[in-house]
Amino acid sequence: MIAFILRRLLQSVAVLLAVGLVAFSLFRYVGDPINAMVGQDTTMEERAQLRDKLGLNDPAPVQFFHFIANAARGNFGLSYRTSEPVARMIVERVPATLELSLCAALFALGVGLPMGVYTGLYPKHWTARLFQAVSLIGISLPTFLIGILLILVFAVTLHWLPSFGRGQTVQIGWWTTNFLTISGLKALILPSITLGLFQLTLIMRLVRSEMLEVMRTDYIKFARARGLTNRAINFGHALKNTLVPVITVTGLQLGSLIAFAIVTETVFAWPGVGQLFIQSVQFSDIPVMAAYLLLIGLLFVLINLTVDLLYFVVDPRLRSQGGTARVGGH
Amino acid sequence: MANASNNPPLLEVRNLRVEFPTRRGTLLAVDDVSFDIAPGEVLGVVGESGAGKSLTGNAIIGLLEPPGRIAAGEIRLEGRRIDNLPYEEMRKIRGARIGAIFQDPLTSLNPLYTVGRQLVETIQTHLPLGAAEARTRALDLLKEVGIPGAEARIDHYPHQFSGGMRQRVVIALALCASPRLIVADEPTTALDVSIQAQIIALLKKLCREHGTAVMLVTHDMGVIAETADRVAVMYAGRIAEIGPVRDVVKDAKHPYTKGLMGSIPSLGVRQERLTQIDGAMPRLTEIPRGCAFNPRCTRRGQRCLVERPELMAAGASRAACWLHDKGGVGAPIERERVDA
Amino acid sequence: MATSATQPGWWHRVADSDVWWSFRSSPMTVAAAVVTILIIVVAFLSPVLAPHTPFDPASLSLTDGLKPPVFFSSEGEWTFPLGTDDQGRDVLSSIMYGTRLSLVVGFASVAVAMTLGIGLGLVSGYVGGTVDAVIMRIADVQLTFPAILVALLIDGIVRGLISVQRHDEIALFVIVGAIGLSFWVQYARTVRGSVLVEKNKEYVQAARVIGLSPVLIMVRHVLPNVTGPVLVIATINLGLAIITEATLSFLGVGLPSTQPSLGTLIRLGNEVLQSGDWWITVFPGATLAALVLAVNLLGDWLRDALNPKLR
Repeated sequence: MIAFILRRLLQSVAVLLAVGLVAFSLFRYVGDPINAMVGQDTTMEERAQLRDKLGLNDPAPVQFFHFIANAARGNFGLSYRTSEPVARMIVERVPATLELSLCAALFALGVGLPMGVYTGLYPKHWTARLFQAVSLIGISLPTFLIGILLILVFAVTLHWLPSFGRGQTVQIGWWTTNFLTISGLKALILPSITLGLFQLTLIMRLVRSEMLEVMRTDYIKFARARGLTNRAINFGHALKNTLVPVITVTGLQLGSLIAFAIVTETVFAWPGVGQLFIQSVQFSDIPVMAAYLLLIGLLFVLINLTVDLLYFVVDPRLRSQGGTARVGGH
Repeated sequence: MANASNNPPLLEVRNLRVEFPTRRGTLLAVDDVSFDIAPGEVLGVVGESGAGKSLTGNAIIGLLEPPGRIAAGEIRLEGRRIDNLPYEEMRKIRGARIGAIFQDPLTSLNPLYTVGRQLVETIQTHLPLGAAEARTRALDLLKEVGIPGAEARIDHYPHQFSGGMRQRVVIALALCASPRLIVADEPTTALDVSIQAQIIALLKKLCREHGTAVMLVTHDMGVIAETADRVAVMYAGRIAEIGPVRDVVKDAKHPYTKGLMGSIPSLGVRQERLTQIDGAMPRLTEIPRGCAFNPRCTRRGQRCLVERPELMAAGASRAACWLHDKGGVGAPIERERVDA
Repeated sequence: MATSATQPGWWHRVADSDVWWSFRSSPMTVAAAVVTILIIVVAFLSPVLAPHTPFDPASLSLTDGLKPPVFFSSEGEWTFPLGTDDQGRDVLSSIMYGTRLSLVVGFASVAVAMTLGIGLGLVSGYVGGTVDAVIMRIADVQLTFPAILVALLIDGIVRGLISVQRHDEIALFVIVGAIGLSFWVQYARTVRGSVLVEKNKEYVQAARVIGLSPVLIMVRHVLPNVTGPVLVIATINLGLAIITEATLSFLGVGLPSTQPSLGTLIRLGNEVLQSGDWWITVFPGATLAALVLAVNLLGDWLRDALNPKLR
């Protein structure tokens, strides 16, 4: 078991380094950092001096090392667009994105999971078919379209909810939160639903299909043959077995919520890191792109690691085999 | 329907029909099957794959998978009809009065729960026992089926047991609430040959001790010969022959059964060649008119092509074959070579 | 059993097959197929069918700007049945041309992803060793990121490397490449899995002994096996590719307004949404939704039909 954890940790570090390499390549080789930072009248000598001072003439591995070391200390350089420290820009906006993602995740899980279980248990019932149809629509509509439609209906037409911005926020230390004001909470509603809808349908469909597969297994049949109650079979046996594979996928999906926030934040002018990233792509603001990449990479790696460990806790088959075999069947 | 003892039969199956509606029409998988099982008796049900034996078993425990359904017939347990019961009523009977064992012990057990938990759950579903008493009973059952070190192993997960041990656990689970009848569907097919004998012996011993009747479904004639009191031979969804095991094995009355027996090699007997029955069992969509076996039968006559034989008396058994009818098979037919 | 006189023609076999039957028996799927075909036909015939040429600046006049749809208000005109945007461009024609672009990008990027994925999968599986390890590591790293992020990244990189004006011209290729590059992994993994299975089979060894190229033999045997799963992946990908392209265009980093796809149109419409001119957004949006919905329905049906477990 320890061996497994160590192996995964090493893998994670390797992935992070790979991501770091990509970010570094971006940083160093796409566009010219010097040209982006100085004005038109800076002379060639001054540019050359600056280049030397910033270490841009050092061999590549040295530069890479510096890059990583800086990143580890939270120094991501200056934005090409605003000349502010990238780190500060990101930190300012992280709470917005995290709170939004959290709400979206709660929405997706809180509604998607029960809906999935229900449609898995009673697939022929008309309500189940209705949910299926709705889920198909949820998967087909791009996030931004959902956002726009919601804005059209609830903000522009009905004037119930705000159509952009974060509303009033409260500052606690370096964190700003939406949760403590009414206008903040109101502002969270539409974006959370928009962001969470796709994940909701994914979760619902996954749970449903897993549930249907589980219900056809031999051990469910044997459980019925032993005369166990429907409740025991559906919730004790079927649900538990369904959740095991659902955990991985859900965990990974939650990670991608943060990435998908890019679109939602743009639609709702939500001041999070996603919006920042889009602006950086539009303006070729490489330092911001690189920093975002690194951070997202770190996040995903952490999430993957946690999910793998969670698998261990939940599936007894993995514990005794030391995690080498990933048992695919039911 | 005479059975060995004169007690009222435990299980009565009358004219059972199991159908599968498909887009190509309705398939008849079990066609007018009738038999009894006496209390404590072991009835073997033998036949090739697709003959309908598993489906008969599933129909009896009420777990036919849709779209399969019981189209006609009656099933009675201790005199009470069970084929038309609502799900909840049937659920109470399952496990408590009828148990079941399936083929693959690995997939029969939920991998996420310990063996003990699954036992206790089943016990508490049917018997009014507290947790501690249920656990004690579970331990006793594990010991009874021959799991060494039961005190420790009761908290192990299914994947920590070997195949033979797992099947013993499955048997323990089936016997939890002391059912009167167990439907065992190919209980040894998935096991190593060396383990098969152990499991069969265990099953036989336990059922004798508990007085449980067994419907033993299998394609392995050897197992039947060892274990069963009576045997029913199924072919194309029908019963070809049914009778005491010794009679059917030594002196089969139906040509199909004769062919089956002749195709089993036996040690110590000098045989020139094994019998081979030409052709193959017909698919459900192409069952011949008259006797289902007639295309492959060496002794058929005109009557066999046209009239379907019911089970009729043939010595100590009954066989569905016109050979045993006063009228005979009619004019014999030149047997052409049957191409497979 | 005598053999039948002739093998029925392939059309008969298709018509008689389970797949066709399950298609015919599901009205939703048939409807989806009809809608998809309709959209595709209209889109690709847009130069012929569209009443206007909205992207030829010479044909526009600002006085036509912001007209509402003809059935919605009295200000609408039949020449602009679905209304116009602020530049006077006809929404209906814009939708037709836009759909064509969306479809082109969708199919092209799936083709790119498939080719790249199958190719890499074959190489990875057959050659094995370091090459395999490297490719699979890259795949793993890439898989930790959602496709849209990968596409955005590639797009951003290209933007950084070339000037803005040039970028507009080659935007189509950049988008197709970006999306294609973000989706190759699943194909590669499936194909590699198949190759690994086939590689160890005896007929491959035998072919080697005879001197035949085992690669060719394997391709002949592997490819038919993977057609099913690859098709399934492709149908899921098509819907996703169309959505991804629309999202990128909406965000302003996809197809530009000189060559707008449905996503670009929605973005342009979004800018005037607050003032209540809803038709510029809603109609392209509805078309996009209908298209992706139809594609997904078809994909769902195909998945179920090809799934041996559900037969």
